[in-house]
Amino acid sequence: MEKFETLNALVCPLDRSNVDTDAIIPKQYLKSVKRTGFGPNLFDDWRYLDPGEPGMDHGQRRVNPDFVLNQPRYAGAQILLARKNFGCGSSREHAVWALSNHGFRVVIAPSFADIFFNNSFKNGLLPLILDEAIVDQLFHEAEATPGYRLTVDLQAQTVVTPSGASFPFQVDPFRRHCLLNGLDDIGLTLQHGEDIRAYETRRRTEAPWLF
Amino acid sequence: MTAKTLYDKLWDAHVVRTEEDGTALLYIDRHLVHEVTSPQAFEGLRLAGRKPWRSHSVVAVPDHNVPTRDRDQGIADPVSRTQVETLQQNVRHFGLTFFPMGDIRQGIVHVIGPEQGATLPGMTVVCGDSHTSTHGAFGALAMGIGTSEVEHVLATQCLLQKKMKSMLISVDGQVGPGVTAKDIVLAIIGEIGTAGGTGHAIEFGGDAIRALSMEGRMTVCNMAIEAGARAGMVAVDDTTIDYVKGRPFAPKGAYWHQAVAAWRELHSDPDARFDRVVHIDAAGIEPQVTWGTSPEMVLPVSGKVPNPDAVTDEVKANGMRRALEYMGLTAGMPVSDITVDKIFIGSCTNARLEDIRAAAEVVKGRRVAGNVKLALVVPGSGLVKQQAEAEGLDRIFLDAGFEWREPGCSMCLAMNADRLEPGERCASTSNRNFESRQGLGGRTHLVSPAMAAAAAVTGRFVDVRELN
Ligand code: SF4
Repeated sequence: MEKFETLNALVCPLDRSNVDTDAIIPKQYLKSVKRTGFGPNLFDDWRYLDPGEPGMDHGQRRVNPDFVLNQPRYAGAQILLARKNFGCGSSREHAVWALSNHGFRVVIAPSFADIFFNNSFKNGLLPLILDEAIVDQLFHEAEATPGYRLTVDLQAQTVVTPSGASFPFQVDPFRRHCLLNGLDDIGLTLQHGEDIRAYETRRRTEAPWLF
Repeated sequence: MTAKTLYDKLWDAHVVRTEEDGTALLYIDRHLVHEVTSPQAFEGLRLAGRKPWRSHSVVAVPDHNVPTRDRDQGIADPVSRTQVETLQQNVRHFGLTFFPMGDIRQGIVHVIGPEQGATLPGMTVVCGDSHTSTHGAFGALAMGIGTSEVEHVLATQCLLQKKMKSMLISVDGQVGPGVTAKDIVLAIIGEIGTAGGTGHAIEFGGDAIRALSMEGRMTVCNMAIEAGARAGMVAVDDTTIDYVKGRPFAPKGAYWHQAVAAWRELHSDPDARFDRVVHIDAAGIEPQVTWGTSPEMVLPVSGKVPNPDAVTDEVKANGMRRALEYMGLTAGMPVSDITVDKIFIGSCTNARLEDIRAAAEVVKGRRVAGNVKLALVVPGSGLVKQQAEAEGLDRIFLDAGFEWREPGCSMCLAMNADRLEPGERCASTSNRNFESRQGLGGRTHLVSPAMAAAAAVTGRFVDVRELN
């Protein structure tokens, strides 16, 4: 997994609440057996005016000029600013892959759906929770200021605006540690293989029907 | 000893170790696998030279992509076919239990787990699918996981997780006749919202939940995720134990008695404390119909489409405006004036035998209305289909003008050929009314099987209790 330390990047504001993973990456693209290649289909139904299917040349499709991701001022944004309950619905990790493949490293929202939140950490995408009032302020600033950038410092756990305002954020120490060091959590867990076996031995006597 | 919630009991029984910050390694008893969220996990396993920790815990089935007719011709869409074949290769490579297309036991993963007794009370159950919460109906801790977690569970038999907060939703009293589990859960979501359960494990309790069959409890727990909760659960009682008894994967002989004794403890202690408690009055619940593009946008069938101008929260009002436009509805319109183009009776929410019986009862002796272009019944599993046919239910549907299909997810998410066309409106027994969920531009109204059947025969949303 790619390490995450600090990021100073352009912000793209997506002003909708309850953005679900069906919208982030529509079902037809879930047929892929790979982890990559989802970037062009991020927010596919909103981003293009014509329907998309896997295998098409997406560069040839008609883009929706009104959709925020297509506006030139947000090209290259690596921070997505979103509203509450971002990533609700289906557990598809493809949603996170699509955001990452497109180039996003951080999503800021007042709240996230649990499974999406988890999936993000596993892929080096930082889901960052700030108060609704602060998110609202960032929306206003980002929309009013072309080229609006934020600095996200995971070590210091702060988001800093261009005017120097700094907002602290919380993140689980364990997840932060994994993200800062780009650690593979399967490898970490397997270091506790003895504990898992000991649990199994005990459990086998308590609940033998499970084995 | 301090009083424990059901969730506390399930959690405590599965913790292998806990990190300083509270992150626990939670042991997983049952791992259900389907074709869409597993290929990258198996690939990861192979690339790292790892093997499944306990292959015996895995049950795999294709469901999302499978066609619901002409199965003898295989899967026409080459991309879907590759995905199903990839699953087949993976289960063969790693030696996992598998119910392929064509096996009578094949069906939607959340229908077949309980049906086979692969889901048992007291278990931790995971699947790379958010509706894994369904299995919580058995007094199990069941959670949807992402693909990286699928790989993690395959490799280590454990999930890294922090304990969630606990929430009790007590549905007090009894629902009236004609009001079903689906109406209960839609009413709950209408009350607490789609983020109402975020960060929580929900226990559903109260007399109205106790009175439900296992099928009904599964319907309720299935949609816990639509209330934002990764896990939903119901305490074990005689209904649970009677359902499990004799199923192929259920314990037998001495183990059965030992298991039942342990399962009897799977309820919250009388003075257990929950982080949040919500009471819902069962008697006040009417048959429900969603009007918008989020399950919380729901109304009693007697209601009128709401007006965003009356809402002060601007973000919410804008969401409602967008939903109204997408759904092609106007504020103030009675729900019973909404006409439908297609009917979908199926999905892991409502494709078990009880659901199909409930729909058949309404359809019996009637015809699908002229304005309905397609009415589909897609049983949740091969065994559900077989039993329904043994009861003659397929004839009732076919005689009325429905189509009777092979088991799978089908038009719940339209990854196969079953889908809505742009602008088409559907009465659906599934769980998500998101934009384009059932096909690009399609408009979904979530309802119970009986309400979907009533919509099929009248061509619009009517209160099923008033038919006849
Ligand atoms: S029936 Fe629908 S919700 Fe259930 S597993 Fe299949 S696609 Fe998911």
